Amino acid sequence: MRLLPAAMLVLVGLACASLTIGAASISILEASRDPWAALILMQSRLPRTLAVILTGAALAVAGVVLQALVRNRFVGPETTGTAESATLGLLAVTIVFPASPLWAKMVAASVAAMLGTALFVAVIRRLPVREVMLVPIAGLVLSGVIGSVATFVGWQTDLLQYVNGWLLSGEFSGVLAGRYELLWVAAAAAGLAWFAADRFAILGLGDNVATGLGLSPASVMRLGLAVVAVVTAMVITTVGLIPFVGLVVPNIVARIMGDNLRASIPVVAVFGAVLLLACDLLGRLIRYPYEIPVGTILGVVGAAIFLWLLYRRPAHG
Amino acid sequence: MIRISDLSYRIGKATILRDISTELPKGALTALIGPNGAGKSTLLRLIGRLEPLQTGSVSLDGADLASTRTEDLALRMAVLGQQTAIASRLRLRELVGFGRWPHHRGRPCAKDSAIVDEALAGFALGDLADRFIDEISGGQAQRAYLAMTVAQDTDWLLLDEPLNNLDMAHARALMCRLAELVRGSGKSVVTVIHEVNYAAAWADHVVAMKDGRIVAQGTPHEVLTSETLSMLYDTPVTVGTHQDRPLILHHV
Repeated sequence: MRLLPAAMLVLVGLACASLTIGAASISILEASRDPWAALILMQSRLPRTLAVILTGAALAVAGVVLQALVRNRFVGPETTGTAESATLGLLAVTIVFPASPLWAKMVAASVAAMLGTALFVAVIRRLPVREVMLVPIAGLVLSGVIGSVATFVGWQTDLLQYVNGWLLSGEFSGVLAGRYELLWVAAAAAGLAWFAADRFAILGLGDNVATGLGLSPASVMRLGLAVVAVVTAMVITTVGLIPFVGLVVPNIVARIMGDNLRASIPVVAVFGAVLLLACDLLGRLIRYPYEIPVGTILGVVGAAIFLWLLYRRPAHG
Repeated sequence: MIRISDLSYRIGKATILRDISTELPKGALTALIGPNGAGKSTLLRLIGRLEPLQTGSVSLDGADLASTRTEDLALRMAVLGQQTAIASRLRLRELVGFGRWPHHRGRPCAKDSAIVDEALAGFALGDLADRFIDEISGGQAQRAYLAMTVAQDTDWLLLDEPLNNLDMAHARALMCRLAELVRGSGKSVVTVIHEVNYAAAWADHVVAMKDGRIVAQGTPHEVLTSETLSMLYDTPVTVGTHQDRPLILHHV
């Protein structure tokens, strides 16, 4: 499969472009001699580029895992109440233990995200199997309900600014060295998903097949939910809600190479990073030197890709 | 041998199985027959630990189902449930390859891929090995699942209506293959069958169920009689013989 090297090459190209493009006019080739250029490169450009790549890759992997767990291609971590639940967890820990350290807040966000996603899974298990479109709709309704609870609590406790920072469309302009490193945790969770890829692929075939092959569907489900929850919680607390990456990238890759996750997860990760980095670059260039949030760009690009995926006939061959 | 003792199963207030105790012989092809709703599939799913036991116990060659680890059971028996819509987009080779998972747990070796190729060829799927499962017919997908079950290479195979979606030729080829697995490789097969003539022609042991109970069991000649079948299906059935096997005339 030549897909992976080709996608990697594109990613490297985009990453080089990302290092050279920004509001400050510096030449990165001068960085070894120019301390100012070196500072911008090491403190802003490189962290931002890494943050975008880690986020895109981790969200796309979380999306493919989630789609295998619920056996539905029309969901992503942003449409299942996961992000809203993580926000609720962050709010709760901020209100009850305002002085708690960062790791405790992250644990609270991840646990809440996992509970919210588990609630989504419990809800859709009660839906008729053949009604494929009810699953994403149930997810959107659940997201709306949990999101409105978070907004209400935020309003009552004067923390609405935080809530908006987590749930409004994400962007990377605030990323500096020292303020994005949690995304490595998200990437580690995505790496864990690759390690357990066969288990998720088998669970995607149904609980009966998984049980027959000696797997416990419940424990594979818990592992998958943990991956999705950790990725989502880390991403929304660091850069905010990033739509569509976890939804469209797994669909594109599944069309090309199917659902053998052991082989497809690396491709999904690189495609996710490419999509997000390309959109972030667009956002930086359209109104240069001002920026359009990547969430807004993705809203347009992602929706267009998704509509194309819906209307195109299934691939053959 | 599969030993079933005092097995009962309820869903809500409905009793699906009532105090079933029996033994299914090792090294034989056992057919579970009976009208719709008799509890055949439930019995098979309980033996295959696809549903949790409520009361009673099941043991597989002496290993108690409730106390044996599920990954160890996967090396002793393979279960094929009734297939619902397939959402996954896997190539046939990858799907059948998952049958080897209990053996290699993520690290397949050359032996595993040889067994997968053999299973694909055994179900005439060699040419389709690189096709996606959502792009083939229902009967071909059913054969792919059967190939996955056979690739698991266990002493016991439990199959729930494996003839679903198969045409006449493939249905006969499957029964022939199952008989071969029993006679040639010493496997034991337990299968739910709706068309009693397949049971008559190929089974060594027949278990007839009705209303959650076993009403008759034994060789095809003992069970597949006009009397038993007429009572079992509440409809008059004539039984003749063909090549020393019962031939059930139920369609005229």
